[in-house]
Amino acid sequence: MNVAAKSATTDASVVTRKVTMVEAVNMALARAMHEDENVVVMGEDVGINGGVFRATVDLREEFGLKRVMDTPLAETLIAGMAVGMAAQGIRPVAEIQFMGFIYAAMEQMVSHASRMRNRTRGRLSCPMVLRAPFGGGIHAPEHHSESTETLFAHIPGLRVVIPSSPKRAYGLLLAAIRNNDPVVFLEPKRIYRASSQEVADDGRSLPLDTCFTLREGTDITLVSWGAMIQETLQAADQLAEQGISAEVIDVASISPLDMVTINSSVAKTGRCCIIHEAARSNGVGAEIAAGLAESALFDLKAPVSRVTGYDTVMPYFRNEMHYIPTVERICEAATVLMEEAI
Amino acid sequence: MQKTFDFFVPYNRFMNEQGQLEQALPAWSRDQKRLLQAYETMVLIRNFDQKAVALQRTGKMGTYPSILGQEAIGVAIGQSMRKDDVLIPYYRDLPAQYLRGVRLVETLLYWGGDERGSCYQQCPEDLPNCVPIATQMCHAAGVATAFKIRGEKRAAVVTCGDGATSKGDFLESLNVAGVWQLPMVIVVNNNQWAISTPRKVQSASQTIAQKAIGAGISGIQVDGNDYFAITDAVQNALEKAHAGKGATLIEALSYRLGDHTTADDATRYRSKEELKAGWEREPVQRLRQYLVTQNLWSEDKEKALQAKSADIIETVVQEYFNTPPEPPESMFDHLFADMPATLVEQRIEAKSLAGYTDNQPGSHH
Repeated sequence: MNVAAKSATTDASVVTRKVTMVEAVNMALARAMHEDENVVVMGEDVGINGGVFRATVDLREEFGLKRVMDTPLAETLIAGMAVGMAAQGIRPVAEIQFMGFIYAAMEQMVSHASRMRNRTRGRLSCPMVLRAPFGGGIHAPEHHSESTETLFAHIPGLRVVIPSSPKRAYGLLLAAIRNNDPVVFLEPKRIYRASSQEVADDGRSLPLDTCFTLREGTDITLVSWGAMIQETLQAADQLAEQGISAEVIDVASISPLDMVTINSSVAKTGRCCIIHEAARSNGVGAEIAAGLAESALFDLKAPVSRVTGYDTVMPYFRNEMHYIPTVERICEAATVLMEEAI
Repeated sequence: MQKTFDFFVPYNRFMNEQGQLEQALPAWSRDQKRLLQAYETMVLIRNFDQKAVALQRTGKMGTYPSILGQEAIGVAIGQSMRKDDVLIPYYRDLPAQYLRGVRLVETLLYWGGDERGSCYQQCPEDLPNCVPIATQMCHAAGVATAFKIRGEKRAAVVTCGDGATSKGDFLESLNVAGVWQLPMVIVVNNNQWAISTPRKVQSASQTIAQKAIGAGISGIQVDGNDYFAITDAVQNALEKAHAGKGATLIEALSYRLGDHTTADDATRYRSKEELKAGWEREPVQRLRQYLVTQNLWSEDKEKALQAKSADIIETVVQEYFNTPPEPPESMFDHLFADMPATLVEQRIEAKSLAGYTDNQPGSHH
């Protein structure tokens, strides 16, 4: 594990470390396993190998084989077993190695995890977390770079949560594990190690079902999540240089969606650009735009715009940078909205 | 070439089609009360099952999968399991569920389109019916893993049909049951038909039991219409699971005397001759003949049992008819432990629009 750089905090027992996002995931897993013996980690190569991205490193040594389980290579089984374990009061945090392999687990998530509480009228429930790294930008092979979060966002009974920084990975993952219902926790691997942040291992979770306003502004609202928050924040900086004040919202929980925060921001700015890496059509961006059309239409000074991946298969990595939205594309879209203003 | 591995698949039955013994019965069969409970449950469930089909035919219930002819398997499971074991059923497990404490009215409510049919107050850890084929196998592996993590001597009992054995979920679950030595009992109700697809079209494997071998667990084939054979197999498998000695796959050979469900018409794909042959092997008549030869059963007892079953069923059906549906907004109330704000709004909308109730049981469209 990374060297812990302790720093002074108000509580002497709280360790604050400068960590990357993947280290923050590890920190949250360890914290959750310490505080609740029902929390277990399972998946392919999560044990001695510590996960292919090292998200589960050292957990097996600390918590033992019964709580850190290397499963057979079978994604349907991983999700389905988690459902059965959760029905028994265990809190499994199951890892799917890459989101490209999550589809075998979908039937279990859609037909069982999301419904167990409802179909038994609360007799049984499914407090499980299904973690998976997702998204492009790391020159990975075919099937390792897609952003298909919208597939899960459409399923009633599931929460879909996506962190955009080490701090939010720590707080949101803790919230997901403590939540009494299933959460699909998608980790944007492009920013797994992109930067480090001081994170206090204080066991404090962040709220689910809530957007985070990362930067306040008055001219335009930029809405994004996951890895694209990086480009969105950079775009906000560049826009500021042009005299455009951008508010940046990190959606974080793409389902259920917190439209209250987005609507009130747009009521203030009158302009909204939605940025996501996933394909454009039928995505979460479309849902946000529809929500704005329903509730904030008369606040809008310009049409809602989207800067997204294309409705194509994610290109292999020689061309992936042409698929993933860039800072330039975001700035251009924002500038157009400013010019289109009524 | 050398032989690297060889296997055989045991087959067992005690009683032939006429209820005559082919080998000495195991010691547990001396429990007369147990034998009578088995027979009485089979008769009650058979009559109830036929009533459920009739309710669907007359528009008073939704689609229903009859278990006609497969009663012995569920009775064996229900009688053999301990209270603290967990049943992970598919959707033809009525006798097992009934013996575990699932109320018959719950069964009618479930197939009558009411979620409260899965409340199971008497067996609160049992999973509800599982419609997507073979997915329940993975849940059973998870339940068994939970027992193992906590060091509990309990077993997960899971059922499926022969069609389910073609699915990945089945094989993935068998595989993990082997490699993790899980306390699982897997009972395959091989009733020879997956809707219109016969067993021989489902798999080239000579038996379903031998699929266990590939997962490193033991598999046994039994005559699933022989109450003694299926019960003995389930008991032995449970003892093994409780002792921490791993999982067992039991292939119970039976025959689906009814249609797949009330939405199916088996006359499209199977012959009258085959069906007639199936009736000659069915389990209820077989156990009755045995009981009669042991002087444990008589015409009078049969008459009394039929009358008692009819009373029970009538009461249950009335309770079903008299259960009003949940209010429409109930669709929101059990989705999450903490209702998200978006759902609160939609719930208000659904409640305000629902000024009518024409979906009483008994007026099913």
